[in-house]
Amino acid sequence: MKELWDLFFTFAKVGAMTFGGGYAMLPILQREVVEKKGWATDEELTDYFAIGQCTPGIIAVNTATFIGQKEKGTAGAILASLGVVFPSLIIISLLAGVIDFYSHITWVQHAFGGIRVCVCVLIFNAVLKLWKGAVKDVGAVLIFLAVFVASVLTDLSPVIYVLVAGVAGILLRSRKEAQA
Amino acid sequence: MIYLQLFLEFFKTGLFAVGGGLATLPFLEDMALRTGWFTAAQLADMIAVSESTPGPIGVNMATYVGFVTGGIPGAVVATLGLLTPSVIVILIVAAFLKAFRENRFVNSAFYGLRPASTAMVASAGVSVVLIAFFGGNPVSLAAVDWKAVILAAVLLVLTRWCKPTKKLHPILFILASAIVGILLKF
Repeated sequence: MKELWDLFFTFAKVGAMTFGGGYAMLPILQREVVEKKGWATDEELTDYFAIGQCTPGIIAVNTATFIGQKEKGTAGAILASLGVVFPSLIIISLLAGVIDFYSHITWVQHAFGGIRVCVCVLIFNAVLKLWKGAVKDVGAVLIFLAVFVASVLTDLSPVIYVLVAGVAGILLRSRKEAQA
Repeated sequence: MIYLQLFLEFFKTGLFAVGGGLATLPFLEDMALRTGWFTAAQLADMIAVSESTPGPIGVNMATYVGFVTGGIPGAVVATLGLLTPSVIVILIVAAFLKAFRENRFVNSAFYGLRPASTAMVASAGVSVVLIAFFGGNPVSLAAVDWKAVILAAVLLVLTRWCKPTKKLHPILFILASAIVGILLKF
């Protein structure tokens, strides 16, 4: 029981200290989970991250689940993932209430007007970063273009793109292998 | 009933959003369109708040949408919905860790999934651009908000090419943009 709480609190700490998620979390996980607790090695952590990135869901939650599972099985997995989202729940619920309350004030609206411009730039930078890891040959460029055009022009559910792109990936790859 | 709906919507998001960070954005955009729980402009603000507060962005956005839709219980339910598929999938993967990493089908599927995920985030970005630069009006040269374009150009230089500022935390750029927004009445 004590170890389960330890998992919860350690991952709550990791969640509270991470801004932005994803790779921003790696140095904090290294300090808390590898160095202080010894729950995983640096190599294992890198593996979990790599797999977390190519499995569905939030990378931070995926990594927490892995380490929790390794330490205390399914119960450990659940408590570690609950821990990593706990600070978000508290902080965002508090902030969302405050923002909602002040949102009709003119200068708050101006502030968010400026912030939205910044959000565009942040998304643009995130897309460039994703592009570097995801698009490495002509086939990938074609998938990118097809999904981009389709999702700008239509209101289809993203689920459809995910399924079609997965199948397209398998078909393109197996054709390549057949040729080789 | 709204809670069950929230849980299911976020379960779906957690099950299909691949790649972390803003990967949930296209799903939230789709959700805004279909359910009317929140607007596209609210979504842009949620991104800013989620980037500026501790915690993984995807989790923060789920909590935010849940709170706006159903108060604190909504926030809890949405976050749990997002988390559940992750936990289930990873528990299964952990059991076959080595086989999963070396599976040819898994690798090939992700060869297709990664560019698709990138494209969906880019497309969700386009709708934020429409709000930020055109104020939600139809796209035309007359509707362009030139103050916003100049601010975007400056931010782009500062976050990509200017060495001393490139590594700064996004929260600083968000704060600076808020101040510019107030001073220049965006």
